[in-house]
Amino acid sequence: MPDMTTGQALNNALSLILEQNPTAFIAGEDIGIYGGAFGVTEGLLAQFGEERIKDTPISEDVIAGLAVGASMTGGKPIVEMQFSDFIVNAMDPIVNQAAKLHFMYGGSVNVPIIVRGASGAGTGAAAQHSQSLESWFCHVPGLKVVTPSNPQNAYDLLLHSFTDPNPIIFMEHKLIYKIKDYVELNDIPKESSMLGKANIVSEGKDITIVSYSNMVNISKEAIVAKELQDYSIELIDLQTVSPIDYDTIKTSLKKTKKLLVCQEAPSNSSVGTTVISKIVESELFNELEIAPKLISGLHSPMPSAKHLELNVIPQVEDITNAVKSML
Amino acid sequence: MTLSTTTQLELHRMMMLIRLFEEALEEMFSRGLLHGTMHLSIGQEATAAGACLALQKDDLITSTHRGHGHCLAKGAEPYKMFAELLGREDGYCRGRGGSMHIADLSNGNLGANGIVAGSLTISVGAALSFQMQKKDNIILCFFGDGAVNEGSFHEALNLASLWSLPVLFLCENNQYGMSMATDKAVAGDSIASRGNSYGIESIQIDGNDVEGVYENVLNFKNKILSSGGPKFIEAVTYRYRGHSKSDRNLYRTSDEIEYWKEEKDPIKRYIGKLIESGISEDQLKDIDTDIKDLIRKSVKQALDSPLSPITNLEEDSYA
Repeated sequence: MPDMTTGQALNNALSLILEQNPTAFIAGEDIGIYGGAFGVTEGLLAQFGEERIKDTPISEDVIAGLAVGASMTGGKPIVEMQFSDFIVNAMDPIVNQAAKLHFMYGGSVNVPIIVRGASGAGTGAAAQHSQSLESWFCHVPGLKVVTPSNPQNAYDLLLHSFTDPNPIIFMEHKLIYKIKDYVELNDIPKESSMLGKANIVSEGKDITIVSYSNMVNISKEAIVAKELQDYSIELIDLQTVSPIDYDTIKTSLKKTKKLLVCQEAPSNSSVGTTVISKIVESELFNELEIAPKLISGLHSPMPSAKHLELNVIPQVEDITNAVKSML
Repeated sequence: MTLSTTTQLELHRMMMLIRLFEEALEEMFSRGLLHGTMHLSIGQEATAAGACLALQKDDLITSTHRGHGHCLAKGAEPYKMFAELLGREDGYCRGRGGSMHIADLSNGNLGANGIVAGSLTISVGAALSFQMQKKDNIILCFFGDGAVNEGSFHEALNLASLWSLPVLFLCENNQYGMSMATDKAVAGDSIASRGNSYGIESIQIDGNDVEGVYENVLNFKNKILSSGGPKFIEAVTYRYRGHSKSDRNLYRTSDEIEYWKEEKDPIKRYIGKLIESGISEDQLKDIDTDIKDLIRKSVKQALDSPLSPITNLEEDSYA
């Protein structure tokens, strides 16, 4: 199997899902002939037809709402928010409906939907097309929030999300679409086992870096940078930010006793603050040798100009500096 | 259309069941037996009864915060509804939903929704399932006049029309969105005309004429099944009670409420019609007695049944 980009890996996963599940369908803006704004659904219209590759008007509310209704009646919808920023137009069907119906209706119904969206900054798309809104959804019981970082885990996480009986918010950072790597084209799993499981990207004993989405890739660059060559750094990719795999984080911290969290999103009420608070509240508090640290995006809308955008998003040297200051 | 006596009596029975069910709830509320608020549809029974009795069991509905009537008319058991409102394990949602969120999948009720217009886009998705699965069914989506000013209303109508989905949009215009009078909230012509603007055949009907509701829903249902595409009904009706239990009725006059109760009450009107057509008062009394008996027994059974146990609610949040 040749190397492929994350976009191609996601495309392969979608194709496999549609091929093997006649009730699965995709709906969203420009996902048909256009192939999706980031090319993820390219070729699917030709392969599966308009019945199952459903181009919609620019109507995020009904895109998400139809997914809820279809999933309650035997359908397996995967819908796309062209930029995840647009998901704010679909908050009611996601937050008040999808997340709650299983609980609210006493377990009598499931809402197995996947809402995919392109997230994150770095492309000069400015304030309304660059956000990392994942933590909004972590706050809502009933949702699972998935944040792949590379072609292989994007492929696998999408298949596991499809198998999961819950509503899934699937945030694809725009900068991972073009990352190319070898992808093992695994089968669709019988049971979803990957959600809520972190991945240890590299093992180490001096410090634990917890990250997710594209910031995992920035952290990887930092780890191999010359400044940090003398240190042994454990890098954990959360892969899903709701639920969070605290077991893996704790096991790592028992060894390293130092926690650095790296995320692109601003820090207020975020994944990173949650991870740190949970660790500080836990039995590990007394074992930590130094206060945990969070590297995050600035509390600012994303500016358009490149130099300003880079100023908002954490960079490799922010991570190397933080690690050095903690060791 | 001439309805059979059986259908006529069923329409009457269902309206009475809804009214007596909700009157029993009021009584339980005043005795302090119910936790939380509720939204009563007393005065609007003809819409729920007429619409749901025109559907088959495997046709679906979505319902609103004022949904007890829809739920009963689609076939729910009063016992399980009382149990739900009382937080019992036997309740339709095991006490997690309460008055505003009863779903009864076994009878095709996809659930009552506490978000105004929240069910419109859901009904579009369910209709899409019917279309994709090539089923000869429709979904009837209930919503109130307040919903027609939400963005999701417009997105749902537009898409349902574009994709020719088998959904019957039924707006119960009870003339107030909480305290906001419809004529102060809805620009343009009638609510029904909004359906027309999306290329959806739409009519405004008397929502307190139970046979008229039944016939129009049946007619539209048949049209949807034969030629595809959504339809839209605006049923004009009136609620006698406040929006919820905290309402002091400051936005309307008692004369107005009395007028609707005296002149337009759907049950009173229908009893008059049934007696005119030869049905005896004794027959109707027997029906009332049976319903009162059912309500009494159901309330007692629900009160005697066990509370929903406190389980791990965090786990219950996920399937």
